[in-house]
Amino acid sequence: MLLKKSPDIRSSEITDKKVYLRRREFIQAAALTTIGAAAGTFGAGEAAAQSWPRVKIPGQIKDSGWGKGEKPTSYQDITTYNNYYEFGTEKEEPAQNAGSLKTKPWTVKVDGLVAKPADYLFEDLIKPHQLEDRVYRHRCVERWSMVIPWVGIPLADVLKRVEPQSTAKFVEFTTLLDMRQMPGARRPVLDWPYVEGLRLDEAMHPLTILAVGLYGEYLPNQNGAPIRLVVPWKYGFKSIKSIVRIRLTDKQPMNSWQRSAPQEYGFYSNVNPERDHPRWSQERERRIGEFLMRPTLKFNGYGDQVASLYTGMDLKRFY
Amino acid sequence: MTTDRRIRLVKPAVFASALAPVAYLVWRGYDGNLTADPLTFITNNTGIWTLRFVVLTLLITPLRRASGWNWLVRFRRMLGLFAFFYGSLHFLTYVIGDRFASLDFPDGFVAWSTVRNLLASIWEDVAERPYITVGFIGFSSMVPLALTSTTGWIRRMGGRNWQLLHRLVYLTGIAGVTHYWWKVKADTLHPAIYAIIIGVLLGFRVVVSLKRSRWQRRPIEARA
Repeated sequence: MLLKKSPDIRSSEITDKKVYLRRREFIQAAALTTIGAAAGTFGAGEAAAQSWPRVKIPGQIKDSGWGKGEKPTSYQDITTYNNYYEFGTEKEEPAQNAGSLKTKPWTVKVDGLVAKPADYLFEDLIKPHQLEDRVYRHRCVERWSMVIPWVGIPLADVLKRVEPQSTAKFVEFTTLLDMRQMPGARRPVLDWPYVEGLRLDEAMHPLTILAVGLYGEYLPNQNGAPIRLVVPWKYGFKSIKSIVRIRLTDKQPMNSWQRSAPQEYGFYSNVNPERDHPRWSQERERRIGEFLMRPTLKFNGYGDQVASLYTGMDLKRFY
Repeated sequence: MTTDRRIRLVKPAVFASALAPVAYLVWRGYDGNLTADPLTFITNNTGIWTLRFVVLTLLITPLRRASGWNWLVRFRRMLGLFAFFYGSLHFLTYVIGDRFASLDFPDGFVAWSTVRNLLASIWEDVAERPYITVGFIGFSSMVPLALTSTTGWIRRMGGRNWQLLHRLVYLTGIAGVTHYWWKVKADTLHPAIYAIIIGVLLGFRVVVSLKRSRWQRRPIEARA
């Protein structure tokens, strides 16, 4: 007689993987909050000692002249106050957790609507181009801002090298996703991997750079090592970190924050004091290190350079 | 040792522990270690401690019922007042670091226009932004509770009325956790945990009151 054996575990009993991966945090957080004891939180927010290697970028770095008269935010603040959710959603977590990110070797795939798609080793991607100093204002959508002395190359130089096809209208960027290296990515806070996008003319704009360093040194991991985008007239979340793929496309990419909350974050995300975030005003910002908030400037003060990209567009609608 | 004596010994210790979060902030401030954006850090920190003390306050009654430790109730007022204390710090940090700091000062800092503009700016924020609205409701709901927390007020109001008024703390809990949930950008894990805890603590009270009313509705002869 044939005995039909039912499986030991019904599929309905199997814990969803997402939930399973969150189990420790659930238990930890629940324990912390119920006990609520001071002991639990003591030391939890400790500032990270500068545990990452600091390596000076060799060779000549061209002085671009950008950012004269701006006082750069301290190295300490730039490198310990980060939004990099793959390493935790608290500001100080990326500096504490990003040591596990392996940036060597690093490959960037450039593909899509280009004549010469290729997988570039980080070194090969950068080598043919002249590194420049670019001191830019950096405005986060959360109403804080910094001045950051980046080192990088114009994105346009790289894009020209791969020869975009005439049908290419947008550029999509993707951050590395590796749960082993990125503890924060084990939780579905955003729809990983992190994705951002630009219109091709925004990407080709001379202000748009691929940054590889700050303060003359290679980027610390928490700041998006080894290579990240910097678009100074847009909110910080557009400046995607640790890029592994650059894809040219004819369709407007769906960026991660828009996917997460479309009524709050759009595709363009130009700094705009006239368009409030639904939950807070964008009229002012706190420059890190200052008490009184400054008025926020349209296009983060880069209007002379970039306003012409948006002639005739209603920027409150295309936020 | 009598229970009374024991409580009198433990109370200062509980009081001191409840001040530890402030001590922690002061220590970090002294250390120059309040992150790159100290005002945001202090706001978040005092906010979360407010919610924790609301949770602790709401925990007393269920815990007391489950364990039979009636002496627990003698810590409830202190915990509730600490919730109000942290809520006040939270609100004050918001008023100074967020509202005051984003004003214009056409007549200098010390001027009537500063006061007027500050009040207008708080009012505008409370009226326009839902997460601020619920936060403000949560904080305001604690004010009458703190004011009437003395034994004198319990006597003056009568136990029944006093108890009725102090059920406002349920609103505090709901408003507090909603405020937290609506404030975060994407990571709702922690607000969700607090929502579950507050839900369980309030759910307990619903169950108890349902049971009680059913018992009261039963015919007399069945009660014996």
